[in-house]
Amino acid sequence: MRRALSNPMALGGFVIIAIIMLLAVSAPLIVPFDPEAIDVKSILLPPSSTHWMGTDGLGRDVFSRMLYGARVSLMVGIVAVGIATLIGIVLGSISGYYRGWVDVFIMRLVDVMLSIPTFFLILAVIAFLTPSIWNIMIVIGLTSWMGVTRLVRAEFLSLRNREFVMASETLGARDGRLIFRHLLPNSLTPIIVSSVLGVASAVLVESGLSFLGLGVQAPQSSWGNILTDGKEYIEFAWWLSLFPGLAILITVLGYNLLGEGLRDALDPRSSN
Amino acid sequence: MPFNRLFYLALFSLLAGCGEPQQASNVDYDQVYPAVGGGNMINAMIGEPSGLIPMIAGESAASAIASNIFNSLLKYDRNLELEGELAESWMISADHRTITFKLKPDMQWADGQPLTSADVLFTWQLVTDENTRTPYGSDYKLVIKAETPDALTFRVSYQEPYAPALDTWAGLQILPKHLLEGQDINTTTFARNPVGSHYYKLGQWRNGERISLVRNPLATQGEARIERLVSRFIPDAASQFLELMADNIDTMNLNPIQYARIFPSRPDLTEKIGLYKELGNSYTYLGFNLKRKPFDDIRVRQAINYAINKQELIDGVLLGLGEPVSSPYKPGTRWTNPELQPYPYDSQKAIALLKEAGYADHDGDGILDKDGKPLTFEMLTNQNKQREMSAVLIQRRLKEIGIDARIRVLEWASFIGRFIKTGEFDAVVLGWSLSLDPDQYSIWHSSQQAPGQFNFIGYSNPQVDRLLEQGRLELDIEKRTKIYHEFARLLQEDSPVVYLYAGYGLPAIHKRIKGIDDPAPPAGIGHNSHEWYIPQPLRRLEISAQ
Amino acid sequence: MIRYLLNRIFWMVPLLIGISLISFFIMHLAPGDITASEASFDPRASEESRQKLRELYNLDKPVIVQYGLWLKRMATLDFGTSFASHQRPVFWQTTDEQGNVRKGMIQQALPITLLINVLSLVLIIAVALPLGVISALTRNRAPDRAITLFVFIGFAIPGFWLALMLMYWTGVVNNWLPISGLHSIGYENMGAIAQIFDTLKHLVLPVFISGLSGLAGISLFVRNGMLDVLHQDYITTARAKGLSENTVVYGHALRNALLPLITIFGLSIPGLIGGSVIAESIFAIPGMGKLFYDAVLMRDFPVIMGILTIGAALTLIGNLLADLAYAWADPRVRRGVMQ
Repeated sequence: MRRALSNPMALGGFVIIAIIMLLAVSAPLIVPFDPEAIDVKSILLPPSSTHWMGTDGLGRDVFSRMLYGARVSLMVGIVAVGIATLIGIVLGSISGYYRGWVDVFIMRLVDVMLSIPTFFLILAVIAFLTPSIWNIMIVIGLTSWMGVTRLVRAEFLSLRNREFVMASETLGARDGRLIFRHLLPNSLTPIIVSSVLGVASAVLVESGLSFLGLGVQAPQSSWGNILTDGKEYIEFAWWLSLFPGLAILITVLGYNLLGEGLRDALDPRSSN
Repeated sequence: MPFNRLFYLALFSLLAGCGEPQQASNVDYDQVYPAVGGGNMINAMIGEPSGLIPMIAGESAASAIASNIFNSLLKYDRNLELEGELAESWMISADHRTITFKLKPDMQWADGQPLTSADVLFTWQLVTDENTRTPYGSDYKLVIKAETPDALTFRVSYQEPYAPALDTWAGLQILPKHLLEGQDINTTTFARNPVGSHYYKLGQWRNGERISLVRNPLATQGEARIERLVSRFIPDAASQFLELMADNIDTMNLNPIQYARIFPSRPDLTEKIGLYKELGNSYTYLGFNLKRKPFDDIRVRQAINYAINKQELIDGVLLGLGEPVSSPYKPGTRWTNPELQPYPYDSQKAIALLKEAGYADHDGDGILDKDGKPLTFEMLTNQNKQREMSAVLIQRRLKEIGIDARIRVLEWASFIGRFIKTGEFDAVVLGWSLSLDPDQYSIWHSSQQAPGQFNFIGYSNPQVDRLLEQGRLELDIEKRTKIYHEFARLLQEDSPVVYLYAGYGLPAIHKRIKGIDDPAPPAGIGHNSHEWYIPQPLRRLEISAQ
Repeated sequence: MIRYLLNRIFWMVPLLIGISLISFFIMHLAPGDITASEASFDPRASEESRQKLRELYNLDKPVIVQYGLWLKRMATLDFGTSFASHQRPVFWQTTDEQGNVRKGMIQQALPITLLINVLSLVLIIAVALPLGVISALTRNRAPDRAITLFVFIGFAIPGFWLALMLMYWTGVVNNWLPISGLHSIGYENMGAIAQIFDTLKHLVLPVFISGLSGLAGISLFVRNGMLDVLHQDYITTARAKGLSENTVVYGHALRNALLPLITIFGLSIPGLIGGSVIAESIFAIPGMGKLFYDAVLMRDFPVIMGILTIGAALTLIGNLLADLAYAWADPRVRRGVMQ
């Protein structure tokens, strides 16, 4: 952990994420306006001392919507990645540990899922279901577990032949014990890195879905939908584009920095 | 290190470019110019037509372009009165069952062949043919006999007098028999290579990119002025607006914010682009599923009607660019009942009505309830910004009087397939785009409630049924008007839907285009587009004729 | 080796069938069908005609039957015709008895998507490789930090936001580039050179936006790969042997660092035919992304299945090629295989 935080990239990323998470969590406490409070007399006002980030097309305070949007965008990222990682760990461990036809079957399944272009799949499924925040999270999760599966499997395959594993086996350790106490903990690094990077990607996917009208729906706010609402006025109502765009940029940047920094720091190969 | 320097250089030049858009050239757009022929007009469309045969390809992109290529027996003039287009006159028999059209003489198709009543008959046969893949045949199937006594006469007979008939003949675009006879209308390449009789003919169709129409010198209505109409397919509205600002397109439909907030604050834009507004033939409404509680109770429906502040919707969603609606018609036409007013915004009355209906907040949770069940429902709408915003405003007003209305935005095909067709919905925020004929049988008659038909809200009122039936038989315009006024009055009382507003269309047209009829007459500004012209000095750099 | 090849090819057929089956069922989970399109809410349109259409397209039959019919057609490589009113062939053009040619939908959308993706790839190779190498060589000093920052920002920026801002700046503020579309209005009348330039000008922004995240990713990948390799023993050996730094870096390290890149490129083959819906929508480019998106919204099943099938086939082939190319290029694997 200390090694991880001494890496400047990881540290930088961590600080960024911590700040944003703090803002998101404390949103209900610090929000100046009700994010859903419509005021038709205050439509599209530029940033001012009352509305720090201006107002949107229905007169709602953008700063408040941004705070709540942080919650949404982050939640989408984290839950989606959580689902993907969970599925990935389960399938990857089974595949890497037991090998044989189970492995073949799971790997073929991964191939099948990878053959269907991810964004297409998300698009198709969300177009069919109603684009609620839960459906989005689940769908992104269900379509991004393949990478984690492969990672976990690869780690298991390489670890399996290490001495400590063979020693445990000789000593009669049961499968579960092997998996949970030995193999998984040693595979954590790539899983963590992949999850962190996955959150970044999920946040971007949500904004893309919002652009197509399939993201989080009104009256809920997400950074993606604030950005999309303002895209026809990028020049006139620049605040509707600048703030959510920057927020997404900084958040994704933060996660990427953290992920890559962790990879640098925890990967034994890159020590100088 | 050289890379560092390069980096900073790049950054600097990036920032240096930010700033004001280019200076407008010193062209005076307000000067008066004489009318001349020639020039290109470029407009943007969101979608690409699937084909250019009007009866097959019904989507708005196709009809927008096809309406420049083909024409019909009749058309609507600037005041929305019927006049002849291909027909120079028409006569209705004494028993109101037969219409005889007299065609103009010496008409030609764009390829030089004569246009005669045989073409009209052929088109009618096509649209009523079982094998033709068109959804629009039902009106024309009411014709029991169609004949062409001579090349300039076309006569149709109906079983019973059918008042909307003339409107249907204004809507049937005539196709050339000599090119389509023997072809399968559903798959013919004529759809990509149409030949018509109206102001323009197809110049070029670049797939996925644009369609260019060129002036048709043999047009039956005379020649248009502008030489070429180019329609570019630009799916994203933000991109369209950028193109408009960069002067790459001449016309675009604006949204209320662009019209009322952006343009007024940008003199460089208003200097070269003119803004117009026209009331479209449509209205937006909140529809109730009358087969479901609590909407079977008229007091609940009326209460909701009182609870919604419609002026707030017009101000908030349309920035004032809309009109209130109290009859199911475009405001300002003869069919709207002048005595009717929309339900005023009166939350007290709403609460009183709900109380009468047995709803009160018995458990103190802020939501009204009755028999232990809270007054809550779900409003469905499709992915349309204005409808979404309206739903949000409605939700807020209903919350104030204790109704919990949830919003669900759906993609169109799912919406229709899963909810509307099956009747599985509580309430919807939708709009009706109407024909110019007042007949609304298919929307309100109790016999039109089968899955897939348009009375999906389940409205059933025997008096209204009778009026709708009568309205179809009555050809006298004064009597007809009375019938539909009474129809509107009954609907208003029953409140099966809450009329929200009728929005203005907000076309922006570059000032190089002259001859626009402003302010817009009832038929909209497009009615005389063939008379628009682009003076020589204002034209774009002409890329030579094609 | 041959056995391995045959094994992989043998697996492709059941995989393809599996993929198509899953896709088909997912597609049919959706409520609504082609008849629920725009004109369906026109009060002048009737339900009977829509019902007839449904029968014509077998939409009223059970899903498994519809799948069987589709599979039967696909066995003869007949991709079928679109459900849309124009009924164009899904894949390749057809010519009827009168000599009328009807162009295929994929046939028309694929070339432009391929062009953009290939140009993107060229951009990535031309820019990401040098950036990655420079970054690795100047590790932790200013250029590395700047490049890394640029790379990360490129990764993190929402594509459509950047696209719109760039379009505004290059097209409205300055008249440098066209804003949207593929060809200018007078394209047909331009000379050949002018035409090429015109098309390229229109493609600058789309290619850049499409390639940006790939650029960022590959730069990072090359950097990390180079760093890995540069610390290997054989590099130290090479240096100790007195070889020039250039030879060490470009002759040995780079070549080895690039090996995994082959796998990545192989895996990105299926992506070549996938257009970005968002980029195509903003830039008004009629590519595969928009084709697929519109087909999904319209429930145009033949087109959806056609695109998914081609994509799946390409993925499987791409995977195979990537594995083969890697095996060939990596002498360790090659020698191992030969034994």
